[in-house]
Amino acid sequence: MIAPLRAVALIAGKDLRIELRSRVVFNHVLPFAVLVLILFGFALDADSDALSSFAPGLFWVAVLLAALLAIGRSFALERADGALDSFRLANISPVAVFAGKALAVFVQLLVLEVVLGIGIVVFYGASLEKPGLLVVAGVLAAAGIASAGTLYGVVASQLAVRETILPLLLLPVLAPVLIGATRAFGDAFGTVAVNGWSWLGLLGAFALVYTTFGALVFGPLLEEG
Amino acid sequence: MAENTNSPTSIPDNTSSPTTRILGWVTLAGLALLVIFAFFVSPEDSRQTADGTIIGQFDAVRLLYIHVPSAVFAYVSFSITGLGSIIYLWRRTRWWDHVAHASAEIGVIFCGITLLTGIIWGRPVWNTWWEWGDVRLVTTLLLFLIFVGYLAFRAVPNEPHRQARNASILAIVGALNIPVVNRSVEWWENRTLHQRSTLADLKIEDETLLTLMIGFAVFALLFLWLLVHRFRVAWLSKEAAEAGLEQALAERRAEASSSSGAEVSGSSRAEASSSVEARS
Amino acid sequence: MSARSLVSEGFDSLKLAMDYAVSLRSAVVLLGRFPALSGADISVERGEIVVVRGANGAGKTTLLRLCAGLVALYAGEGEVLGYDLREAGSAAKDWRSRVGFLGHETRLYGDLTAKENVEFALALSGRAALSARAQRGGGLRGGGQRGRELRHSTATGSPSVAASALERLELPERLHHERVSRLSAGQQRRVALACVSVRHPELWLLDEPHASLDADGRECVDDVIAEAAAAGAAVIVVTHEQGKVFDNLRTATLAGGRFMEALP
Repeated sequence: MIAPLRAVALIAGKDLRIELRSRVVFNHVLPFAVLVLILFGFALDADSDALSSFAPGLFWVAVLLAALLAIGRSFALERADGALDSFRLANISPVAVFAGKALAVFVQLLVLEVVLGIGIVVFYGASLEKPGLLVVAGVLAAAGIASAGTLYGVVASQLAVRETILPLLLLPVLAPVLIGATRAFGDAFGTVAVNGWSWLGLLGAFALVYTTFGALVFGPLLEEG
Repeated sequence: MAENTNSPTSIPDNTSSPTTRILGWVTLAGLALLVIFAFFVSPEDSRQTADGTIIGQFDAVRLLYIHVPSAVFAYVSFSITGLGSIIYLWRRTRWWDHVAHASAEIGVIFCGITLLTGIIWGRPVWNTWWEWGDVRLVTTLLLFLIFVGYLAFRAVPNEPHRQARNASILAIVGALNIPVVNRSVEWWENRTLHQRSTLADLKIEDETLLTLMIGFAVFALLFLWLLVHRFRVAWLSKEAAEAGLEQALAERRAEASSSSGAEVSGSSRAEASSSVEARS
Repeated sequence: MSARSLVSEGFDSLKLAMDYAVSLRSAVVLLGRFPALSGADISVERGEIVVVRGANGAGKTTLLRLCAGLVALYAGEGEVLGYDLREAGSAAKDWRSRVGFLGHETRLYGDLTAKENVEFALALSGRAALSARAQRGGGLRGGGQRGRELRHSTATGSPSVAASALERLELPERLHHERVSRLSAGQQRRVALACVSVRHPELWLLDEPHASLDADGRECVDDVIAEAAAAGAAVIVVTHEQGKVFDNLRTATLAGGRFMEALP
């Protein structure tokens, strides 16, 4: 039995080290997310006014789609060889496994958000007005997506149909994040006249609820029967 | 498939009992009564304003006799699913897991009816099929999708205990999410078209109120009848599977006589008692 | 419910379960509705090696997963390392950290090197700190040192625990820093066994440890197993091989989810 915090660092560090080496998220998921932004450009008829006013929402839809792939990848690492068993056998606290997996996804989502943020400035002509709000909203939303995604990711990873069922289970649950983050970004980019800061409470509450609940139920989820 | 007549828990061949048969007939009669009241007894909604123009929902109001009760009982179903899931996780009684599953299926159907009638009703009354600004409509749609996901998860073959446990967790997370969705949608548009208090807003004729009450009563009976039968189906399939266990064990043990020949030559090992202590 | 009484009849409870590393009596394990184990009885003492054979689908892998606490006991009784298998919940399963499990598929991360895989297994087991202290002569109180074990284990000059485990399994040193996905199946097998051995389990559960190994590799694995048993660990080996060490060992044959017979 090792200290939980050390287990978190070990597991997250291991996932990130594998990512640095295999570059699956960097080479596949990131270009895919940018591709989604470009597809929106085609779909919305390259009307730059529409693109810049919808930029926050399109940004978050691209993040959600990419997050599905990143979460799937996170569990494909373990699932390929049933390696979640090795956490059970090593008597690692399930809370630490949850936190470690979620932390690695969180870090990857932040990188994705930075690249996509540049993407909407370049492709959609969005102009940033409140960088502080943007950063806080981006971090809180990523935390919510990572924790909810890890919770649903492990449920889906135990099924043969994991790729097709994960979006169905996860996306309705992430709807509040999409709403809140889009509103906050709308204010940050000056596309909607709302107080974006007031949405941070919702994003923070979502992240808190799913991190707490994920930590609580991850133990039973790892066990069979 | 197997003859279980001598089994200690003999399995009935259908899900009805005298009580549910009566319940079923009463429900059916109630539905007929509701149709009569909704279409013929209750009046259409029309009011005259001070300047003499006629306003109201007219015939569309008749949809409410289905829409409102099905919405209420959809939420009742999902509450029962949430409750059953919590109790299952706490006490690990399969009974509650089957209640949760059965209730979720009915809830999805009722929720679908709610959405469908809401969309049809919205067209003449709001002049739009779908209204994004309406909090209850959007929340109900997300609730519907969350429990469609729950049912999809339950439909995937899985180890029974793990499936029950994970489904319970999904149901609880899904139910917990509803207030969050509701809040966020409300803040999102900050306006709502929905009839805040349908009963107060309408010019309530006695017949209108009476019909709505009949609707509630009939949907309560329908919900109960469906729940009991769906639960019994789930319970019977569990019983059947468990009754099959003895046979499955026997078949599994019989594999020894057919497959072990290749391993070690020998005879009559299949008849060896179950206790083979390896050391002498 | 009648199945439970059916399978739990007639076992001999005279022997104290605590004497054994593994003791199963009429163990039934359901995978879904399928009884993968249909009433298995086996006892393994500490320091003993038991070879389990059986046709495909006889329940060998399920037996190992049961002993590792990875699947639940449906009916019957069983103790592993003195702990009751019927106890549910991960809190009651601390003993699993004392079990080493080599699955039929190797549980390795393809994008990590051989050494990193072993170091990760070592770090998870919590033995990294102990080993590091032992290497430094056991004198230093290395509270702050633990976190750096994964990266600096080779900085001490003496070969690290992970490296020596890989050497013991005769994986050439030039391959220690090769990604596991680039190793051959036999080499991966050695890495996977090294991951088990660094944890110093009290119970080794090995599913086809010789799979895809050459003659030298098999001999090496046999030696590692024999050493573990000599050091007091109990070993259950599922195998089809006729290894050097295995010819004169106690063999139990599984068929239809039960042990059919015992060769003395």
